[in-house]
Amino acid sequence: MSGVRVLVGTKKGAFVLTADGQRKDWTVNGPFFEGWEMYHVKGSPVDPNRIFASQSTGWFGQIVQRSDDGGATWAPVGNQFLYDGVPGTHQWYDGTPHPWEFARVWHLEPSLSDPDTILAGVEDAALFRSTDGGDSWAELSGLRNSESGSSWQPGAGGMCLHTIIVSPNDPERIHIAISSAGVFRTDDGGTTWAPKNKGLHSEGIPDGDAEVGHCVHRIALHPSRPDTLFMQKHWDVMRSDNAGDSWTEISGNLPTDFGFTIDVHAHEPETVYVVPITSDSVHYPPEGKLRVYRSTTGGNEWEPLTKGLPQANCYVDVLRDAMAVDSLDSCGVYFGTTGGQVYASSDAGDSWEPIVRDLPSVLSVEVQTLA
Amino acid sequence: MIRVVLPAHLKTLINDRREIKLEVQGEVTQRSVLDALEARFPVLLGTVRDPATQKRRSFVRFFACEEDLSHESPDAPLPEQVVSGAEVFYIVGAMAGG
Repeated sequence: MSGVRVLVGTKKGAFVLTADGQRKDWTVNGPFFEGWEMYHVKGSPVDPNRIFASQSTGWFGQIVQRSDDGGATWAPVGNQFLYDGVPGTHQWYDGTPHPWEFARVWHLEPSLSDPDTILAGVEDAALFRSTDGGDSWAELSGLRNSESGSSWQPGAGGMCLHTIIVSPNDPERIHIAISSAGVFRTDDGGTTWAPKNKGLHSEGIPDGDAEVGHCVHRIALHPSRPDTLFMQKHWDVMRSDNAGDSWTEISGNLPTDFGFTIDVHAHEPETVYVVPITSDSVHYPPEGKLRVYRSTTGGNEWEPLTKGLPQANCYVDVLRDAMAVDSLDSCGVYFGTTGGQVYASSDAGDSWEPIVRDLPSVLSVEVQTLA
Repeated sequence: MIRVVLPAHLKTLINDRREIKLEVQGEVTQRSVLDALEARFPVLLGTVRDPATQKRRSFVRFFACEEDLSHESPDAPLPEQVVSGAEVFYIVGAMAGG
């Protein structure tokens, strides 16, 4: 019998929400790792029982946990994220050189083909890889040592590498995104990297069309169209049809094009979801109405999805890694809020119901579709 | 036998909320106590000391005998009362309010 497992990372622990294919009756397990910030929890596409979790606090640093039984039990794996060689410096807020300092793992991306291989995106921005199930980590330092690396500068949220997309048809091609630096792509498995930000325009940087320095919030793609990328930037929703070589704006009729998260329907590669947020200074939905916007045309034309979502007095945020889709016949869409709600739609966004309402502030949501 | 008390988050990590009793080889210092602690509970590697620098993490403090030993050299001998087990070596997470 088919089912889904929703992996929720919050500011005070992780939760595992499960349901059968109807997605009506949910079992809530957790909190796991009580009191710790769980930036991301994600399962292996190869072995769904294998799940990785990023656990951290500002006090006690970084732990990585792994489950091999679908989230029932967990064990710590390696947490040594040491920058390759002499780390050097990037720009600090005041423009002075600042040593690279590891802060935390923002995003874990298990391999599409090997259950022992996983990528980790960290703050200060760098990409690490493990090929032994998370026991040890090595930096793919070609990214940080690329031409622009020393000029990267943190934004208010820290200089984090938050998005990792391995091409579904070419494991050597990886897109990553860094807050306040932008999108970078490798075509040789992580040895060399190039910025892929042409067409982005950002008013918050001195040269709005600069090659790097853009505050990209998240990118997403559909597995059947590996060259088509969708992006929620700080401001602007964008798409690329040439694997990031150039971008065009698709914000269209959105009420605001600020936001954090973006995702693509599991079966319709031109159906895209965003959650508009008022502005960079007002991190809640416009008019206090929580609305997911869906475009079935690959952008520009957007419709609000409101059924089951609060349409008054709602002042929560939806963060960059807090939306996901399942791949059941009727695509399920899920997102979590900073108010602790996790909403689910079993009809591609037409209607929504909360799975839970009162979790700690939600940092990430991932979904596993179970056979 | 050295007695060590961990902060709540680290007790959660090792799934044990009790006081820890450690055998420490050689001179009893912050470094040797932490080495013994990490050897017994590898999950604590990197949580008290930064893995790159081995320095005490900024929001961690070491208390014993009603003294803050955080700024002592990691190789300085710990008080005799800690060595004898009469007093506890406390690893403390800095308080944060708001």
